[in-house]
Amino acid sequence: MLHTVNKSPFERNTLQSCLRLAQKGSAVLLIEDGVYGALSGTAHAGEIADRMDDFSFYVLGPDIAARGLGESPLIEGVQVVDYGGFVDLVAEHEVTNAWL
Amino acid sequence: MSDEMGYQGEVVKRFMYVNRKAPYGTIYALENLETVLIAAAFDQDVSVVFVDDGVYQLKKGQDTKGIGMKNFSPTFRALDDYDVEKLYVEKESLEARGLTAEELVVPVEVVSTEELREIMAQQDVVLSC
Repeated sequence: MLHTVNKSPFERNTLQSCLRLAQKGSAVLLIEDGVYGALSGTAHAGEIADRMDDFSFYVLGPDIAARGLGESPLIEGVQVVDYGGFVDLVAEHEVTNAWL
Repeated sequence: MSDEMGYQGEVVKRFMYVNRKAPYGTIYALENLETVLIAAAFDQDVSVVFVDDGVYQLKKGQDTKGIGMKNFSPTFRALDDYDVEKLYVEKESLEARGLTAEELVVPVEVVSTEELREIMAQQDVVLSC
């Protein structure tokens, strides 16, 4: 299953709930304000860094760039994708769960 | 994929609706309930899940007269008439809010995070809000 998260972990518990209820082996794509969760050195970075063995993490590059974070370091192991990569992820997984 | 035939011979899919928001602060909860009823009307295999603040949607004794909004909690009791019988509440979310299943407007299956994770993984379509 592919999970998308579009809320900042500083404002909502969407990322936490996604990671609590997603099965191991799932893909998690951070989009829109969800991209703040992919940054290293933040108070929430551990939520993803600690689960690197359980999930594949992706972040949407255009949403990173739009927020002035293009040069900011990401949590190690998080893969940046463009819109084409987003489409590929959806196509690769039978089910997509968009957490709001 | 399930291959049971339903509405007008179409394939029945397993739809899971995940409610994570409290009932009246936003329109999500009411809108999600509407879509549950639509899926049920098309004879789909529907599960409805309540986690996080979503469990507050089921709290007994809601009285919305003072806020000018429709109290839609009685609608959950009508789900049974639409053959929507799979209502799951995450135990951890319920307990974190000091609630018990007896305080909810409908009988539900209280499941652990682990059980819910398994049920979610078996779905054909998952709609969260």
